[in-house]
Amino acid sequence: MTIDNFTDTTGAAVPLLEVKDAVMRFGAVTALNGVNLTLNRGEILALLGDNGAGKSTMIKCISGVQQLSEGQIYLEGQPVSPRTPKEARELGIETVYQDLALFDNMSAAQNFFAGRELTTPKWMGSAGFVRRKAMVKESAKVLERLQVGVHDPNGPVGLMSGGQRQAVAVARAEAWAKRIVILDEPTAALGVRESRNVLELVKRLPQKGISVILISHNMEEVMALADRAIVFRQGRLVGEAIPTPENHEKIVSMIVGADTLKTWS
Amino acid sequence: MQTSEKPQTTPAPPERSVKEELKKKNPSLVLGLRAVRTGPVLILVLLCIVLFAATPDFLTAGNIANIGIQTSVVAILALGQFLVILTQGIDLSVGSVLSLASVVGAGLFVHAGIGEFAILAMLLVGMLVGFVNGFVLTRWRIPHPFIVTLGTLNVAGGAALLLSNGSAILGSPAIASFLGTGRLLGIPVPVIFTIVLATLAWLFTNRIQAGRWLYALGGNPEGAKRAGIPVKNLLTMAYVLSGLFAACAAIVLVGRTYSGYPIAGLGLELDSIAAVIIGGTSFFGGRGTVGNVIVGALILGVLRNGLNLLNVSSFWQQVAIGVILVVAVGIDVLRSDIEKKIRTAEAKALAS
Repeated sequence: MTIDNFTDTTGAAVPLLEVKDAVMRFGAVTALNGVNLTLNRGEILALLGDNGAGKSTMIKCISGVQQLSEGQIYLEGQPVSPRTPKEARELGIETVYQDLALFDNMSAAQNFFAGRELTTPKWMGSAGFVRRKAMVKESAKVLERLQVGVHDPNGPVGLMSGGQRQAVAVARAEAWAKRIVILDEPTAALGVRESRNVLELVKRLPQKGISVILISHNMEEVMALADRAIVFRQGRLVGEAIPTPENHEKIVSMIVGADTLKTWS
Repeated sequence: MQTSEKPQTTPAPPERSVKEELKKKNPSLVLGLRAVRTGPVLILVLLCIVLFAATPDFLTAGNIANIGIQTSVVAILALGQFLVILTQGIDLSVGSVLSLASVVGAGLFVHAGIGEFAILAMLLVGMLVGFVNGFVLTRWRIPHPFIVTLGTLNVAGGAALLLSNGSAILGSPAIASFLGTGRLLGIPVPVIFTIVLATLAWLFTNRIQAGRWLYALGGNPEGAKRAGIPVKNLLTMAYVLSGLFAACAAIVLVGRTYSGYPIAGLGLELDSIAAVIIGGTSFFGGRGTVGNVIVGALILGVLRNGLNLLNVSSFWQQVAIGVILVVAVGIDVLRSDIEKKIRTAEAKALAS
């Protein structure tokens, strides 16, 4: 089945991110089978689908953890192929992983700069001195701008609640991302109230012109946040919809495959 | 492209000072955490008070200098061991490295006529064995450093015996003699040397980017990889530094004993691990401080010294050290339990 409504509808404008004909094979298993995806500037795009539908594989390829078997990723029209998470980050793509997000033994500020600490002098590379005060100040600034309350900025994040930890992780991604923040089930491990705080935070990300790719199983969350939702099933894209309460049922049926052949405008 | 018809949720409520509330509601938790965090210092102070009460010989200038000199070798080994344990690793080879370096140093000094350059050779030996540890571990992807360093424990220990033909080599470069037996302003030089090395280790782990990465790696190895930290090189560096510290300990020992002895380091790897763990470093990586490692080494030193003064047999000393070791790890477990409890209490306080 070919799905025509996935071609770029904005015409001449180049989307921020475009993935064309993505194929990903693991031995005999085909995790992605010719997926096309576009992400516009300032957009929150939800990736929906059952477990094993291919959405996690898709974001792993975009964030540099894995590489596509076939197909090409374009960033602002330029072909890119990040081979490591580091390369993806240098392209302005930050990812908040579900469980690997933070260093529990380190403070919020240290987490903010983990792996890319501010150092002096520059020419000494990783043998340089870390600029601790500058890092504490910078991270505090971001946390304040994004209205993330951390009551003990010097304490290890392992002592924080799940919601605070996730908020710190999302804020860190926002601070570093120049183009895209990818969120993998940001609220999966959180309670209702904590989830709401994190969602509020995610909602503020496009203010800086950042686009968001959101993986979620929670339809309420997707409806509250996303501008557009695309649905994966068995390694293919099976549909796209604006996530509104009216479309809820259609989307769910796309996810479970009860209504394969319908397309939505 | 931005659709704004999405239902709006209420803005995030301001965070309350949960810590304050917690302190009021559950002071024992917060106090308990503070106690277990200062754990090793507490043990050392209690130990000193008990020994001071038990024997007047304990708190004399001579005895304190003795403790310092006797502790220095294990303390220096422990500094290197600490860097490795921070990364969730372990270095069983440090004792053998000490033996090998001491034999190489004394041997080259006596037989090769290279004078003080024998010291450099010792440092190179330490770094070389450390590099082999790190390289084999990361590049051959051996499943655990225990296995790699158990290998080099035997290789380096065997090499020390082969090179020395199994007997002590009498002789010591002047620098080693100074570092092992000298005095500056009445303070034993090995103590000063240990303090200098500890200061460098502290500087490295607290202020240098690569040193900070050791904590990141130990706290979350997969996260460190994804954060772009060069994990393999960092691990290799940790083992090279551990070998280098072992060589420094060898220099002190060669100076103090005026000899290179092929089994000088026998069992010292276990002492160094004990010092690091008693000093509150988490065996699971990512937690610990240089200061507490020195405290851990001092606890071992003071305990041995005190029990000697009290004429307790060395068999009982071993028992006592074992007990303290397990208690120290128990404290670490207790700490993470309390931290978890505080976390749930905070979450509850936030939700209510």
